[in-house]
Amino acid sequence: MSEKAKVSAVGLTKKFDDLLVLDNISFDIAKGEFVCIVGPTGCGKTTFLNILSKIWPATSGELLIDGEKADPKKHNIAFAFQESSAFPWLTVEQNIRFGMEQKNLPKEIINERTEQMLELLELKEARNYFPRQISASMESRVVIGRSFALHPDLLLMDEPYAQLDIEFRYHLEDAVLKLSKMTGSTVIFVTHNIEEAVYLAERCIVLTNKPTTVKTIEKIDLPYPRDICSKEFTDIRDRITDYIKWW
Amino acid sequence: MKIKGKKRTIIRAVIGLSSFFLIWEMIVRLGIIPRNRMSPFTEVIATFIRKITDPTPDGATIIEHFLTSFSVAFSGFVVAALIGVPLGMMMGYNRYAKAYANTIFEILRPIPPIAWIPIIMLLLGIGTSAKIFIIFVAAVVPAVINSYTGIKRVPEVYINVGKSLGMSHFKIFTKICIPHALPAVFTGLRLSLNTAWVALVAAELLASTKGLGYMIQIGRVLAKPEIIITGMIVIGCSGAVMSGLLGLFEKRFAKWSRK
Ligand SMILES: Nc1ncnc2c1ncn2[C@@H]1O[C@H](COP(=O)(O)OP(=O)(O)OP(=O)(O)O)[C@@H](O)[C@H]1O
Ligand SMILES: [Mg+2]
Repeated sequence: MSEKAKVSAVGLTKKFDDLLVLDNISFDIAKGEFVCIVGPTGCGKTTFLNILSKIWPATSGELLIDGEKADPKKHNIAFAFQESSAFPWLTVEQNIRFGMEQKNLPKEIINERTEQMLELLELKEARNYFPRQISASMESRVVIGRSFALHPDLLLMDEPYAQLDIEFRYHLEDAVLKLSKMTGSTVIFVTHNIEEAVYLAERCIVLTNKPTTVKTIEKIDLPYPRDICSKEFTDIRDRITDYIKWW
Repeated sequence: MKIKGKKRTIIRAVIGLSSFFLIWEMIVRLGIIPRNRMSPFTEVIATFIRKITDPTPDGATIIEHFLTSFSVAFSGFVVAALIGVPLGMMMGYNRYAKAYANTIFEILRPIPPIAWIPIIMLLLGIGTSAKIFIIFVAAVVPAVINSYTGIKRVPEVYINVGKSLGMSHFKIFTKICIPHALPAVFTGLRLSLNTAWVALVAAELLASTKGLGYMIQIGRVLAKPEIIITGMIVIGCSGAVMSGLLGLFEKRFAKWSRK
């Protein structure tokens, strides 16, 4: 599409032996764009992110960041996984620092961003606790902090809020929007929750069942913060719900 | 409340132990077991105190015996840890390392340490190096197995965190796999230490001129049960103390896994 695409997927295909999971998926994402991916359970959303982050090789197709082949060693990619991935041997604070330390960021920046994340995610009191000593909700926040602290070019989030209590979820959705604007990160956010997708996304990619292709890409042209009760909002939400229900 | 519970445990332990010693004392004093086969508790204590300075009848004080045994067991244990832990970790992380080492290891593993003694005596004699080797063979097995499983059990998602951050294989291994495996490694080392101590006594019973195992053996030859039991008690207590010391290390380096 546009020449300035930050991230382009070109014909991404993934097979597990004979099981065709992703079938020739292509799209572009602009710099700083917030994109949600929704799709039926087991359609390959996690697989898709794993390929974007180069954890798994694609069977065919390419992922380009700034027009170059994506490479986690070169590009600043962060991934908030679906499973809890806070390291149990590190404290809350050490977990948040971990990604930045691996990227060899300067100490002052690490300190500053760590404090910022602890503050924003309400983890200040828990900074010296180990993950087994805190709630699942707090643990998700640790992982989100670790990811955002990197100010990544591309942030992949795989249902990061599935573990969260509803109240904190709203709070964090706003926080994520704010952070993504602040850091200029391009975000790909996978969720089951269509309302969440419509609340967050500038564009929403709807996937089909396996073998998975892009069913449609919905542009969500509503101003932030969005009013989840407005007619425009519920219209879009219902339209996307229909796309998924169709299968 | 908590202190009260702790106190009660201590009191119970003391009562349990003293009744055990009392019954032991009685059984021998009343002649239920003859004196040349078993010594009363008080005599064992007296022998222990005497043997701290007195080298008779087995040629060395208990401290010398202990130091001989300890230095051999500790050397064997350290060599086993230095070789076994990295080897196990490499086998857990790298499938080629596993392919090369695993078959050999699986064949050697079921051979009981004591079964190595004859061949080692033929190869290395009955000197210190032979004993260190026996202990190494015994102690390396739990070190390898536990380090291996420790690395194997690192959840894939933690490794994926490393990959998505662009970390090298080496960094993923040192910064993610090793910290996660540490508690398992310590479990392995604890087992290694126990095995080392057991194997040491077995080796000394067979062939030696000094050491706690040797002291026990002499006690049997001279029909002096108090010497045998003194030796056994020292073996038991020092094993427990070493385990405890290792536990302190564990607390320091793997405290996150502690309840
Ligand atoms: N390592 C693998 N080997 C073989 N098949 C796999 C593997 N990982 C995933 N699959 C298959 O690929 C399909 C997509 O899985 P994936 O986890 O990507 O789905 P998902 O959309 O993330 O599901 P969910 O909504 O439950 O998170 C599933 O049918 C799954 O069985
Ligand atoms: Mg998934």
